[in-house]
Order: sequence, then C-alpha cells, then structure tokens
Amino acid sequence: MTLHRLLTWLRSDLRAALSLAYLLALLLLALGAPLIAPYPVAAQDVDNTLASPSAAHLLGTDDLGRDVFSRMVHGASATLYASALAVGIALLLGLPVGLLAGTLGGWVDDAISRFIDALLSFPSIVLAIAVTGALGIGLTNGMIAVGIVFSPQLARLVRARALVVRQELYVDASRCFGASTARILWRHLLPNTVQPVIVQVTLLLAAALLAEASLSFLGLGIQPPSPSWGSMLARAYQNMELAPEQMYAPGLAILLTALAFNTLGEALRVALDPTTQR
Amino acid sequence: MRVSTRLRVIRRRLLQALPVLVLATFVVFGLLKLMPGDIAITLAGENATEQRIHEIRELYGLNRPFLVQYGSWLVNAFQGDLSKSLATGEPVAASIARAFPNTLLIVVLAMGVALGLGIPLGLLAASRPDGLRDRVVTSVASLGIAVPNFWLAMILVAWLALDLGWFPATGAVPLKDSIPQSLHHAILPALALAAGGVAEVSRQLRSSLVEILSSPPVRTLRAKGLGAGTILWKHGLKNAGVNLLTVATLLFNRLLAATVVVEAVFAISGMGNLIVNAALTRDLPVVQGVVFVMVLVVITVNLAADLLYTVLDPRIP
Repeated sequence: MTLHRLLTWLRSDLRAALSLAYLLALLLLALGAPLIAPYPVAAQDVDNTLASPSAAHLLGTDDLGRDVFSRMVHGASATLYASALAVGIALLLGLPVGLLAGTLGGWVDDAISRFIDALLSFPSIVLAIAVTGALGIGLTNGMIAVGIVFSPQLARLVRARALVVRQELYVDASRCFGASTARILWRHLLPNTVQPVIVQVTLLLAAALLAEASLSFLGLGIQPPSPSWGSMLARAYQNMELAPEQMYAPGLAILLTALAFNTLGEALRVALDPTTQR
Repeated sequence: MRVSTRLRVIRRRLLQALPVLVLATFVVFGLLKLMPGDIAITLAGENATEQRIHEIRELYGLNRPFLVQYGSWLVNAFQGDLSKSLATGEPVAASIARAFPNTLLIVVLAMGVALGLGIPLGLLAASRPDGLRDRVVTSVASLGIAVPNFWLAMILVAWLALDLGWFPATGAVPLKDSIPQSLHHAILPALALAAGGVAEVSRQLRSSLVEILSSPPVRTLRAKGLGAGTILWKHGLKNAGVNLLTVATLLFNRLLAATVVVEAVFAISGMGNLIVNAALTRDLPVVQGVVFVMVLVVITVNLAADLLYTVLDPRIP
C-alpha cells in the first residue's frame, strides 16, 4: 500500500484513523518513557502513599508512594514490548509451519494440521500459564509462552491461504514452466499470505496485550519493581478497600489499547479484502 | 440406510478426535521437557536434599527414555492417577476433584448469561442492520471484547460488593452445601466472565443473521409480504442455529480459559487458583494435571458439538 493510498483510506475510515493515531501516540510515549515520566519507576514518597491526584502527582501515588502517572508511562513500554514479543514469536513459529503444510500438502499437511488442532484445544491462557510455570516465571518467559500458544492460529491461517493459492491458474502455469516448489513458495505463496497475516497480527496484538495483563496480574509475568498495566492492577487489587480509584487508570489503558488494536484490525480486514463491497 | 450413514459419521468423528487427544496429552507431558537444566533438581527446589532429588527422578522415571516416560504417565493419567503435588504431597486428582465443581459452576452460569443476553442483542442488531440499535449493540460489543475481564471483576467487586454490599466479595460455596448461597457467590464472577461472551455471541449471531436475511430466498419471502418478525424467527434464527452451536463451543473453551484470572479476583478455589499457585511454585504435577483435565473437557465438548451438527444439519456429512 502506498502512502497516498494509506492516507486516502485513513481519511475514509475515521475509526481506523483514530485507532492508528492513538497507537502511534502510545508508541511515542513508550519510547520516550524515561524523558516523559516525571519520576523514576521505583522512586518512593513514603509520607505520601495512596494520595489522590494533585499537581505533583497527576494520577496520585500507589501504596508505596510511587507516582502512578510515571508508572503508567513506564508500564506502556513494558506492555507494548511484551505484546510485540509474543506476536513476533507467534509469527516466527506459525508462518513457516503453516507455509510448509500448505505448500507440501499430503501427509506433512495432515500431521501438522492435527498438531495445530491439538494445540488449539487448549484454553489459551491456561496453556500459557502452564508453559510459564515450566519455563520459569517472568515477563519474557511469559510472552514466549503466549507466543507459542498463539502460533497455531497463524499457522492455520497461512496454511489455508497457501492451499487456496496453490490451486490458482498462474501457479499451475509457473509450475509448468519448471518453477521449483521453493520458488513457488517464495514468489507466489508467501506474498499472498501477507495481507491476511497483517490483519491477524493486529488482532493478536490485542489478545497478547490482554494475556500479558492477565499473567502479570497473576504474578507470573513482569516482576517488581518494573511495572506493567497488569501488575499495577494487581497492586490496586490488594488496596481495593482503601483506595478503589487506583484500579481505573491501568484498566482503562488496557481497554483502550486492546480496543484500538481490534478496531484497526477489523478495519484492515475490510480494507484489504477485495471481495467486500464498499 | 440413514442410520448406518450416521453411525459411519460418528465413527469417523471419533477417529478424528483420537490423534488430537494423543497429541494434546503429548503436549501436556512435554511441558516437563520445557524446564531448563536438570529437571529433578529444578523441581526439587532450593535446599533440596540428595534424597528428595532422587525421589523426584524416580517419580517421573527420568532415567528412562522419553517415550517410555510418556507412555507410563499417560496410562496412569487415564486411570485417574495424576501423580502427587510436589508441594503438599496430595494426589493431584483429589485437588482437581475439589476445585473443578467451583470452576464449572461459574463457567456454566457465564455461558447462560452470554447466550441469554447475547442472542436477543444479536437479533436486535440484525433486525435493522446499520440502524441506531445495531450501532449501539456493535459498539458495546467491541468494548466487551476488549475489556480485561479481571478488571471488570474488580469493578463489580468494588461497586456491588464493597460499596453496596449486595454480593459477597470473595469465596465460593459448593452447590451441595447450599444452592442459594452458592449461586449468590457465583453471580459476580459469572457476570465478569460473561462480558466477552455476550459480545462474541451477539456479534457472531448478528453477522450470520445479516447474511441469511439478505440471501435471495429470504428476499423472495419478503417480496411475498411475509412479516419481518416471522422472517427473523422462522428463517433467520433457524438457519443461524448451526452457527450458534459453533459459537457456543468456542465460547466454552474461551470461558474455561478466562475463568482462571477471574477466580483469582474472587479468591475462588477452582481450577484457576490451583494452576496459578502451582505455576508460581513450579509444582509441575499439579500444572500438568489441571491442563490435562481442561484439555480433556474441551476435546469432549468439541466432539459432542461435532456429533450434534450431524443431527442439526443433515447437509453436513
């Protein structure tokens, strides 16, 4: 998609444009976290715990007297890094496996497909928790686990797409001209999977974000003192009776970001699909 | 003739489920192999005695070839012996038997809420696509899908339990002790769990209804002057029924996953808390046991749904 087409599309789809703008702003915030956050992550103001919002602390302080706004900003980098890591791993595992199954067909496809079915039978977060338990807790291990758990979804998508494209006339023609399987895979099958994969990756980023929040909330993800929005909710949960308002900022941030990824993904699906009438 | 075809279909479905089951159990057992370093030393934890490490090596048969280990684990698992917790020494099957009913109760209640609210909302949205009601339902549904359900659970606890005192904030009461008490405890967890489900059901039902209602046969019915209500009920919902079964099956799988985090908020001693605590302390037999039972349940439910399809929709071979 050229820049011009991208801009035309964004102008025609307000929700997609808003989502993209929000996500870009969040990315800038995450990258510039050390410059933007007024306080370091672990800086404590021990005389001023669970304080209400004020000029000094825009979103108040937590139970250890740490500035909530600063932790939200730092949490954004942890959260985005975690989502990107999980989806990257899912892509790294799912794309080649799906292409292999779809290109080779036959018993290879049967074996891979049954394995995908088996992995998809696991309730996703449960398997992620189990894998994290085996690998050892921590944000990176947790996100490797989530990536492994998400990979069959991408593999299945890529396989289905490759199976369809394999039957196309132009692929047959190129085979008749003596193109090798490797060449067909590289020149025809891979490029044709790009669009559905982009859509799925955007939607998976939302799912990975929610998975990170869940794992960190349960204590299996990010470890203190580093914050992520999920672990901030865990602290807010512990102080729920004293300061219930602590739960709103991290929760809203998770909700809005997941919503933005989902909205963008759905809009991309419509925009990239040649069969939808607009 | 018909009966024999149906039996053949059932046999084929069962045969298809078998490799999935075998591979899934292989994955559960394989969790052990993901552990870094010497498994026995890692599992024994810090300050373990030489004897403890030896015990664990024996327990898992770690000196034997991998496939032999897997085979004996599988045979034991299907006989109900899921080994013992490394932390407490309690048989894993016993812990699961205690935890599973609590989880099942909130999952089943949440299923009821998701279908009970999701279906009417889906019908409402599809009755006039792109109308005001449709826009409202679709927007609320996107929120429902993006909301972290444990956060929703916290909000429900803060507002309805702590502030208003309408519901207990934590805990679960087994059904057999007191049915009203048990339901009273389960309502908030089920509501928090169901949010995503309501959204999913209404969205899927809406999109399949919109497709059916704009199809040529339905257009003909409308041209003949059949009322919108009759069309929606008799032709729309009936045809969407099969899709609805797919949605409900997927929903069950999702709820079983989501309940893990929601249980933590309500301190319900269900499957979720069992596996989370086990993962935090690297109590691998418990982790494997919970995952094993959950995947078994999911595969059984999927199989049941597959068999139901053949009854509901005669076109499906």
